[in-house]
This record gives sequence, C-alpha cells and structure tokens, in this order.
Amino acid sequence: MTLIITAVLFTAGLGALLALVIGATAKAFAVEADARVETVTEMLPGVNCGGCGFAGCADFAKAIVEGRTIPSQCPVSNPENIKRIAEYLGITAGEKEKVFAVVRCAGSCAVTVRSPYNGIGDCRSAALVAGGAKGCDFGCIGFATCARACPFDAIEMRDGLAVVHPDLCTGCGKCVETCPKNLIILAPAAVDVHVYCNSPEKGALKLKVCKTACIACRKCVKAADSENQMTINGFLVATNYSNPPISDLVEKAKCPTKALRLATKHAAGAYEGVLK
Amino acid sequence: MSDKPRKFKGGVHPNDSKALSASKPVQTAPLLEKYTVIIHQNIGAPPELVVKKGDLVKKGQLLAKATGFVSVPLHAPTSGTVTALEKCHGPTGLSVPAIEITADGKDEWGSPFEPITDWQNAEPAVLKQRVADAGIVGMGGAGFPSHVKLSPTKPVDTLILNGAECEPYLTADHRLMVEQTEDVLRGAAIFARILGLKTAIIGVEENKPDAIAKLKELAGKYNVTVQSLHVNYPQGAEKQLIYALTGREVPIGGLPMDVGCVVQNVASAAAVAEAVINGHPSIERITTVTGEPVVNPGNWRFRLGTPISKAIELAGGVKYQPAKLLLGGPMMGTAQNSLDVTVMKNTSGILLIPVEQVSQYTSEPCIRCGRCVEACPMDILPATISQAVENERFDWAEQLNVMACIECGSCSYICPSHRPLNQQFKRAKAEILAAKRNQQKK
Amino acid sequence: MSEETTVVQLPDATKLVVSNSPHIRGGETISKIMVQVLIALLPAAIAAVWFFGLAALEVMALCTVGCMAVEVLWKKATKQPTDSWKDGSAALTGLLLAMNLSAGAPWWICILGSLLAIGLGKQLFGGLGYNPFNPALVARVALLVGFPSLMTSWVVPNPGKWLACDALTGATPLAALKNHYPLASISDLFYGNVGGCLGETSALALLIGGAFLLARGLIKWQIPASFIGTVALISGLAHHFNPELTPPALYHVLAGGLMIGAFFMATDMVTSPMTANGALIFGFGCGVITSVIRIWGGYPEGVSFSILFMNALTPLIDRYTIGKPFGYIRIKKETAQ
Repeated sequence: MTLIITAVLFTAGLGALLALVIGATAKAFAVEADARVETVTEMLPGVNCGGCGFAGCADFAKAIVEGRTIPSQCPVSNPENIKRIAEYLGITAGEKEKVFAVVRCAGSCAVTVRSPYNGIGDCRSAALVAGGAKGCDFGCIGFATCARACPFDAIEMRDGLAVVHPDLCTGCGKCVETCPKNLIILAPAAVDVHVYCNSPEKGALKLKVCKTACIACRKCVKAADSENQMTINGFLVATNYSNPPISDLVEKAKCPTKALRLATKHAAGAYEGVLK
Repeated sequence: MSDKPRKFKGGVHPNDSKALSASKPVQTAPLLEKYTVIIHQNIGAPPELVVKKGDLVKKGQLLAKATGFVSVPLHAPTSGTVTALEKCHGPTGLSVPAIEITADGKDEWGSPFEPITDWQNAEPAVLKQRVADAGIVGMGGAGFPSHVKLSPTKPVDTLILNGAECEPYLTADHRLMVEQTEDVLRGAAIFARILGLKTAIIGVEENKPDAIAKLKELAGKYNVTVQSLHVNYPQGAEKQLIYALTGREVPIGGLPMDVGCVVQNVASAAAVAEAVINGHPSIERITTVTGEPVVNPGNWRFRLGTPISKAIELAGGVKYQPAKLLLGGPMMGTAQNSLDVTVMKNTSGILLIPVEQVSQYTSEPCIRCGRCVEACPMDILPATISQAVENERFDWAEQLNVMACIECGSCSYICPSHRPLNQQFKRAKAEILAAKRNQQKK
Repeated sequence: MSEETTVVQLPDATKLVVSNSPHIRGGETISKIMVQVLIALLPAAIAAVWFFGLAALEVMALCTVGCMAVEVLWKKATKQPTDSWKDGSAALTGLLLAMNLSAGAPWWICILGSLLAIGLGKQLFGGLGYNPFNPALVARVALLVGFPSLMTSWVVPNPGKWLACDALTGATPLAALKNHYPLASISDLFYGNVGGCLGETSALALLIGGAFLLARGLIKWQIPASFIGTVALISGLAHHFNPELTPPALYHVLAGGLMIGAFFMATDMVTSPMTANGALIFGFGCGVITSVIRIWGGYPEGVSFSILFMNALTPLIDRYTIGKPFGYIRIKKETAQ
C-alpha cells in the first residue's frame, strides 16, 4: 500500500515540478507575435496554393499585416472576404483582376493521333519520350500533371485532355509551370472566347494530326466586331486579351475546326462529338 | 598490351540476339525515287540551308553548310531536284525540318572533293579540314562531329577506335569491320596522323571473332593494335571503353581528352577513309534492319534520307505486328511511332521487337535488392536516385550524382520491380539543367 | 496463301508503342526472387520435419498460409488490389516466421505471428519494399516478449520419428549455456539434433540453402561473412581469455539462430543496406550485438535483436556508404592541384 502511495505521490510531484519548469520557460522565452496575423490567416482560404506569390496563407497574412502586399493579391478569396480582411486591418483592399487558367488545346483522344505510351504517367516525364507520343508536338499529352497540381480540383481530365472548369478555377496559376508544353495561360476571367490550339505549324500539317486545330482561316478575325480583337501570329490565331471579343463571336465566326470555343461551354462538354 | 580481353566495372549481359543478321553481308539498297534528308543530323548547331525548292542537285553536292565549329555540313544523297523543304517526322518523335529530294535516277556525282591518295604524307590540317567538309559525325549513335574530337585542347596520347558494338541485335559495325577492314584501318591511320600519333587501338567485343581475326591480319600495316573486349553492356560507352583499354577514368562531366584519349567509331573511320581517299562526303551508312518479326533481317548500305518504311520493305517486311519500332539498339535506341522517319548519319539500326520482348513498366515498389547498384557502370545508386526523383527532390538527385548517369539503361534492364529508372534519371537531368539555365539567366 | 506471302507487310504505325529505353528486360521479377529464396529454405524445412516430425510441418503450413491470408485480408480491408500475395513475399515471410517458432507452438501462436508479421511488420508501413524491419523478426520478437514461456519451451528432437509427438521440452544449446547445463556436441549442432526453433537447429541444411542463395546471387556475401566472422572473432577472443565465460567460437557459430539469421534474415533485401561496404558494416554490427547479448547479456540468444537493431540503422548506413562514382577521384585530384 505504501508502495502505491509513494509511487503516486512521486509521479504527481514530478509532474507538478515539470509543469512549473515548462510554464516558467514559456513565460520567459515568449515571442511577441502579432495577434492580427493569426486572425488574418484564419480569414484566408487556407489552401496554401501559393497563388499570391507567398509561401502559403500564413506567410501571406504576415505580409499583409506588415504592409508588404494587399489583401486582393489572394486569387482564391471572394471580394467580400477580401473586403472583410481589409476592414479588419483598416487598410485598402486594392484591386486585382480576376484571372483563370486556359489550357490552349482541344485535342482529346477522339480527334487527335496518338500512339500507345508505356512509362511514367507524368507529363513532364512523358514529354521526354517521343514528345509525349502525340501526333501534334504542341498539344496536351494528357498525363494529368496539371490536374494533380491543382489545389481546387478545377482541372478535369476528359478523354486525354485537360479541361479547366472556369467556375472552380481561382487563377492561382499553380498549373502553369507544370505543363511541359507551356499550354496553360492565365486569361482574364471576364473573357470567354479562346482559341484552343497552340500549334505554330502550317494548317495542313496540323489537320493531319488533329481535327480541331486552328488552321488560321481567319473567319473569326473577319467576324469580330473590331479589327484587332483576334490576333494572328503565323498560322495561329489567338484572342487579344487587351481588347477581347464578346461571346457571340463563336456563333458568328462558325470556326470550321471548332478550335474557337467558349471556355464555359468547353468545360461543360458542349463541343464533344461535334467533329466527326 | 596483353591479349586478355578487357572489361570495366558493372554492366549487364543481355542476350545479344546478333545471330539474326551477323552473317548477312552488307547489301547496297537500290536507288529510291525520293529521299527526305533531315537537316540537323549532328550534335551541336544545325547546318544552314544553301539550296532552295526547285534546285537541281548532284550527288554529294552541299545542301546545308556548317554554322560554326560544332556543326557539320550536309550533302545530297543522290542527284535530282529539291522538291520540298518541309517538316518531317524526326527520330525524337517531334517534327524536324527536312529536304525532300526527288531522284533523277542518274545518281551522278557532282564535283566531289579532290581525292588525297597520298594521305600518308598529307598535312594533318588538310586531312582534318576534309573530315569537317565531308560532314562526318560519330556514327555509333551520338552524332558528335568528328572533327571537333580531332581538335583536342589538351595533350592526347591515345587514339581509340570503338568497334565494341555492345548493343544487342546490331551488327552494322560488325559487318563493316569484316567487309571493309582496310577502310576502317585506313581511317584509323588518318585519325592518328591528324592527332600526331603513331598508333591507334581498336577495341572489339569477343563475340565478333571473325572481325577480330580480319583486323589482326591487316592491323600491322597501319600500326593499329586490336584488343578484344569482354562481352558486357555498355562496353561501347566511351568512358567504359577508355577504362577497359587504358585503365583511365574520364572525370564526371569531362571529355576523353581530359585523360589523353580520343575515341572514334569504326563506321566514322571508314567514312573518313572514303572522304579522304575517294573524296566522297558522308551520304550513306550501313544500317542493320533486324528483329524477330522481320522476314529477312540483314545489313544494308542506305543513303541518308531513306524512309524506314522502305528499309523494312527491303528486309521483306514483317511476319507479324511488332510492339515497338526502334532506331538504334534495344538498350539506348529511341522508340518511333511513325514509319516516315528517315535514315540519318547516326542510325545504326532499325529494330522491330515483338511484344514478348517489350518491357512493361508495371513499376512495383523497389525491394532494395541492389542489382541496379551492381550493374551501374558509373557506380552511382540508381535505387536511391529513383527515390529522390519520385519525390521531385532534384537537388538530392544531383547530390547523388545523377548527372554522371550515361543513360545506358543497365539499371532498368536488371530491375526486378520493372521500375522506369532510366526515364526518371532523364527527367532529373532535364530538370537540373533547366534549373541551372534559369539561374544563369538571373 | 501464296499471294499473302508475296505482299510485303509493314508494321501498323498507329499500334507502335513508344517508351523510354531500354526496350528489353532482364527477365528478373520479384516473384522469381521470392520463389528462389523459398527453394533455398527447402533443406532447412526438410531437416525440421525430420527432427521434429509432422508438428513442424503443421507450424510451417499454418504460418505460410496465415501470412498469405493476412496479406489478402489487409489489401481487401484497405481497398487495394489483392493479388500481391502472388509475388511470394508473404509466403516467404510466413515460412521464415515458422522457422523462428518451436515445433510445439500452438496454432494460435502461428496465426497471431502471421498477423504481427504481415500486419504490424509489413503492411502498416506500406507493404512490400517499405518496411524498415524484417517482418518475420518483428513477429518473433513480439511473440517472445508477449509469451516468454511459450516461446522458450522447445520440443526435443526425435530424428526420423515423424508421428511422435511427445510433449517433452528441452533447452536450446544456448539456453543450456546460460544455465550451465551440459553442452550439446558439435556434430549434433552441425546436423541439427538439438532443441530449438524449426530453422535454427540444422546448420548443415542452412548452409546448403545459403550456398544456393550465394550461387544465385540473391544475397550479398558480405552480410553472412561479416556477421558470422564477427561472432566467431568475438566469442573466440572471449573464450581465449576466459574459457569459463563462454565456449569456443565454433560452438557459437553453429548454435542458435546465427546460421538462419546470417543467411536468411539479415540478408532480407528490403531491410539491409544496398551498398557492398554498407553490407559489411551491417553484418559487423549484427555480429557485435549478437555476441554481446550471448556472452554478457540476459537473453540466451541475440540474433533477432541484433538484426532488428541494425535494420533500424540501415538507412543511415546506406547514406554514409555511398561510394564515389566512376570518374570522381580524378576531379578531386585536379581541383586540388
């Protein structure tokens, strides 16, 4: 019995002693932290996507509090949230144009030439072997590296093609670097008309390997409301994002290869099976 | 030097499968109607076009001229008309610029170079200029300009001719050494003269006894030593060959001249002899067309720009659908997904392999058996580097000396878990080089 | 038919597979390796049945089937493909576990051991290739700590009498040593006519298996050589300076689990170093710890503990025994100049 009592007392005493030591140390070596950083961190989305250019949400919060950046640099938060953060800190939210990612290729398995590939299922590794085993040297090779990199599950792999869902994409830009073919750009979210092709080859060569390539027929350029809404560069047309066309251009232009698409409809799968 | 066969550390012993074509004498491929010559056939700067669409060209006429020192000119494989300057399917799977020549059937030589019949007494500088003008590259596979190797910036005391041909299936160099022994040895002597050396060593794997015997018979005349080598892949890799023959280790990231050696392929030597003695530029090469599915495997002398489909036709086509079409050997060759690729100066083989031989990357987990470590001829740790690459830790991979990897594929060949080690290292090397470039930009 | 042969058939380009080199493979697979190790264990298994009767066979069957069953169940429970039992690694773990048990082990010990080996020792860490410790030894040590009396009572060998199932228990040669019982003869130790686990009795059978493994290149010679060598050296020295303390080196080499440990357990690919120098260090460490436990420690046998301990050090050993790559020395020399 005494043995048990001794043991219990000893353990309790030891525990109390250690608690005191820890408590004293914590007080003595306490680091003065700005409590606002923690609050702002909690207000941020917490996905640590890095779209703001900082190492995660906590780092970004610290930067806001220290005045090194503005709350609107967060591409993920909605405007109300950014306003709340700005009000909390008593600073201006600032302005940042909303952007979203566009994968400039529409060449799904159904419309392109592909060879069977055997190897690492990663675009950057596959691109080293026969350029990714796709007929087109410039198109999406479909091993989903960008989709895996996306923190918001906004990129869907559909029939060997990466498709961005504009409603889910926050424009953080994490996918841009991962594409070995440099297909992904960040475009203004307000623009819906995009050319889903990035091959600079001649039209005839492109058509040999892909039914939905931009063949630079200029139908869309002519159909546009003003002259420079669509720009031509060699054998490739692209949307002029500083003077964008309105969405009905796709209807008017009647793109023969359906390379000119609306991002929203593209994501919804409206163009699948259109080309035979 | 003793007669004992030489070897290096590590390596693997794949079934050499050379019997399919080793005894087939080289045949000259018949003249085709059209040749699609890929312009950039060498390591270094691509040559610059000097012809335009519609031009009439003679056989051996300059099509593109060298741009800088590490670059070689390109010559017309036959006489005819330049009918197109289009892109064609390249050996890496990407489209590359090419010249299409429609043959006129006369196959007339233009004004080739002046033959240097008295090459034994010719100026070394003249001989070297001829090597550069004839557009000769390393014909073993890499395609490195030969004249660059002949201009060492460090003292060189050994010239090595690479006749190892360690890749399974390939027999082009083997047949060349048997049938054009004199040319190979003359080329070696010309190389030696350019470098100011008296002798040369030619290393040949033991599985080519007829080639060794033929070479030994004539070697004395040209002051060349013939050394047999153990049959061990990758015996033909430059660094491994130098180690086996001289015991010297080429430093990582270094060149053979750092240890006083120059290595040239035997096919390049024969091409040099042709260029110097007959004045003909490099417009053809011996290529093995082989593989189990091929009806009639063998060795052919193809003009540059011969489409692979024609080459396979010459070999009688295939008995059944092969799983892979390779340019080069099965260990380091590149898989093709088109029959439109054409023969280049470094196309040593056109290989079709059946589905049983094709390795499937099921990629099971590494069981740390260490076979890759034993097999690696560069003494690095493939299994550990693979782990680093899988975790995208390229800095760690660099610390583990992934840059020393020669991509011989021995580790992937031996791995019981079928891990795509070679591809991982390729990726790591690409990432590390890209990071270095980015840093330099900043 | 004749028409078909005259037409030259070209390959269909769209069906050509592209992949990175190399395009041929050595033909070695995980299951081939595992099956060969199982074959190497065959002599020891036969010896176990010869000395301990059908009871030994029962233990081996229970453990092998048990391990495979646990593997399948685990994969089912974690919703992974369940065909991994086919690679033979679970069967090998099971047989090695049986080799670490007494012929008199009750059925539930075998099942519990399988659960511990495959569940705790292997799958919890991520399955084949990811386990830091030898799964069979994890189970053995867990059972040894959990059921000390059951795990240290041994059936007396009864050579050739297969059906005899006497419950007589005897001490292992090493336990005899600790408790100052008379020692078994060297020849009995060599042939296996002593008490102990199934696999730790017959040195001869294990040597045959070990020779097979070495000949097939399945294990590195460095591990058994340095392991056994170190034990022989330390026990030899100890015996030389104080014959009272411990018997001669040969006794130490042949008795207990050293043979199976050195040839089959320490050489487990997943948990031992990959480099040749690392293997030497690994074997040396195992040898030192085994000798220390045997000669001065409280347990009669230290092979399992030593291997588990060195398993923990394997990543460290691997890291510090990375050799210099081909062509490295010259760089150093040149920069020094």
